[in-house]
Amino acid sequence: MASNTNFEKYKSDGTLQGNLLEWFDARFPATSMWRGHLSEYYAPKNFNFWYFFGSLAMLVLVIQIVTGIFLVMHYKPDASLNANGIPVAFASVEYIMRDVNWGWLIRYMHSTGASAFFVVVYLHMFRGMLYGSYRQPRELVWIFGTLIFLCLMAEAFMGYLLPWGQMSFWGAQVIVNLFSAIPLIGEPLSIWIRGDFVVGDATLNRFFSFHVIAVPLVLLGLIAAHILALHEVGSNNPDGVEIKKRKDMHGNPIDGIPFHPYYTVKDIVGAVVFLMVFSIIVFFAPEGGGYFLEYNNFLPADPLKTPPHIAPVWYFTPYYSLLRAMVWPLFGIDAKFWGVVAMGAGVVILAFLPWLDRSPVKSIRYRGPIFKTLLTLFVISFFVLGFLGTQPPSYVFFGVVPGAPVAQILSAYYFLFFLTMPWWSKIDKYKPEPDRVTM
Amino acid sequence: MKKLLTALLFAPLVAFASGAGLHLDKAPDVQGDQAALQSGARTFVNYCLNCHGASFVRYNRLTDLGLTEQQIRDNLMFTAVKIAEPMRIAARSDEQKLWFGAAPPDLTLVARARASEEGSGADWLYTYLRSFYVDEKRPTGWNNTIFSNVGMPHVLWQLQGLQVLNKDHKLELAVPGMLSPAEYDKQIGDLVGFLVWMSEPDVAFRKRLGLGVLAFLVVLFGVSYALKKAYWKDIR
Repeated sequence: MASNTNFEKYKSDGTLQGNLLEWFDARFPATSMWRGHLSEYYAPKNFNFWYFFGSLAMLVLVIQIVTGIFLVMHYKPDASLNANGIPVAFASVEYIMRDVNWGWLIRYMHSTGASAFFVVVYLHMFRGMLYGSYRQPRELVWIFGTLIFLCLMAEAFMGYLLPWGQMSFWGAQVIVNLFSAIPLIGEPLSIWIRGDFVVGDATLNRFFSFHVIAVPLVLLGLIAAHILALHEVGSNNPDGVEIKKRKDMHGNPIDGIPFHPYYTVKDIVGAVVFLMVFSIIVFFAPEGGGYFLEYNNFLPADPLKTPPHIAPVWYFTPYYSLLRAMVWPLFGIDAKFWGVVAMGAGVVILAFLPWLDRSPVKSIRYRGPIFKTLLTLFVISFFVLGFLGTQPPSYVFFGVVPGAPVAQILSAYYFLFFLTMPWWSKIDKYKPEPDRVTM
Repeated sequence: MKKLLTALLFAPLVAFASGAGLHLDKAPDVQGDQAALQSGARTFVNYCLNCHGASFVRYNRLTDLGLTEQQIRDNLMFTAVKIAEPMRIAARSDEQKLWFGAAPPDLTLVARARASEEGSGADWLYTYLRSFYVDEKRPTGWNNTIFSNVGMPHVLWQLQGLQVLNKDHKLELAVPGMLSPAEYDKQIGDLVGFLVWMSEPDVAFRKRLGLGVLAFLVVLFGVSYALKKAYWKDIR
C-alpha cells in the first residue's frame, strides 16, 4: 500500500503551477508519499479511544523539539558558580523563568511535555497489549517501538540533569553509580560515562550534548522506521482482524478508510482534548504536585549535601522498583548489578512479546479469562511498583504491610507475566474472531 | 467491567496517599493583596536581605507589587545602585559558612523548594518562622521545633519576644516582644506571602492566560468535533 513506486506521477494540466508540480514530482516522490502515507493509506475504520495516543505522541514530540530549540537559546550547561554563588546552569533556568519573554511558558511546556510524553507512550504501548498489535506481521513495528521507549528513557534521564537542581544531580549520581556494579569494567565505565569521578561539569556538558542532539537524532530515525514499518503492514484495530483480507474491486480494504481526511480530522479532535489537559497542567499546576517538577529540584545541586530521599521522576519509578527489588548478591556479584540487569530486562523483555504470545486471537475482545485477569493484575502491579518507586524502601502500607517485599513480589510477577505467557496464552479460552471489523 | 477496572486501577493510589509527618500551620493566602506583599517586602529587605540573597529578583520587579521605582529606591534599596540589579548581598558565602556552619541559602525559590507532602512551602515557612525557641546548648542560643539544630539565629526575636519549650515540649512565649502574637503572625504571614510571590512572580498572569487558552481550546474543540462529524457521517 505504502510503497513509493505504485502511484502515478503527477501530470500537468498545462498551467504554470501544474508544470512546476510535474517538474517537482518527476524528481521527488511527493505524490506517492502523500498518497501512500496519507490520502491512500487505508486504516481500519473502527479505531477507538486507544488509537489517539500514537498521533498524540507525535504532537508531544513536536512540542518538545520546538520548545527545546528555544530553551537551548538561553540555557547554559555550566556547573561553575556565578557571582552569587549559584551554579550557572541552575541560574540560567531561572533566567529563562523570569527574564526571557515567555520563557516560563516555554520551560513549563517542556517540563510538562516530558511527563506527557511518557503518559501517551505508556497508553500507546498498553493499546498494543490490549489488541495484540505486536503480533505477526507487526513484530518490527513493535520492536522499533520498544527501541523508541528505550531512547525516550535515555532522553528524559539526561534532560533531567540539565536544570542542575538537587534531584538532577543526585538522581544522575545514583543511576550512573549503578554501572560501577558491573564486575571488572564497572568502575572505569562509570568514570568514563561521567567524565569525572563525580557528576560534574563534564557530565553536564555531555548530557546536554546527548539530550539536544545525539538521542533526538536516533529517536527521529526510529520514529521514521516505526511509521514506515507500520505503513508497510497496515494498522491493527480493536478487533485484531486483518482488513487486507477483504478488498473491494479497486483493491482497497472494505473495512479501511483513507487516513486523510478521516483520521486526520479525528486526530485533531484528540489533539485538542489533549491540549486542554496539557494546558490545565502547564497553566495551573506545572509542578504536578511534585511529580512533574520535584520540589527538591528548586535547590541548586550541592555535591556535599545528599538529600535524605532520592526519588526518580514518576515515569521511571516502576522500573526503579524492579531495580531496588534485587537485593541478593548472586554469584558473588554486587546486588546492585542484578538490579541494573532487572531494570534493563524489564524494558527489553517487551521486545519479545510477539513471540511470547501464543494465543490464536489478537484482541482482548476475543481472548479468555486468563488473559483478562493476568493483564489486569499486570496493570495494577505496574501502578503499585510505580508508587513504591517514589517512596523510600522503608515504606509501609497502612502501617502494617512493608513495601519492600511487596515490590519484590510484584517485580517477580512483572517478569512471570511475560515468561509464562507462552504457556497460559495457549491454554486460555478464546472466542472466534469475526470476519470483518465491528464498529 | 470497565468501571470496576478503573476503580481497581486507582484504588491503590488513593489508599496510599495518606502519610503522617510533622504538623504544619496553614499560612494565610495573601497573593493579590498588595498591602500585605509590600509589608512582606519591607520585612524581607530589613531582616532577611543581610545574610540571604534573592539573586534572581531584580529590584524593579517589585513594581509588580504596586510600588513605583522611586518608592523602591527610597525605601527598599539599601545596597544596590541600579534599579534593575538583583537583590544581592555583600556578605561572602565562605565567611558566612564560617560564622553559621552553613552558608545561608538564596531565598528566591525557598517557597517552592520547601514544599513537601506535609504541606506547601508557604506552610513550612510560616510554621518555621514562628517556631524558634531559646536553647542555651546551641552556639547561637536558638533552636527550632521543625528544623532542629538550625544554623540561623532568631532574627525577628525583638518582634516576637522569647519563646521557650515548656515541660510538654510545647512552645511558650516567655518574654513578650514588640508585637502581640497576633500582630507577629500577621507580619510573618505577609513575609511568607512575599517569599511565595518572589518564587514565581508570573503566577497570576499565568493563571489568567490559562483561562484564555482553555476558552480558545473549548471553541476549537467545538469546531474540530463538528468537522469530524461532517467527514464521518457516511462511515459505519
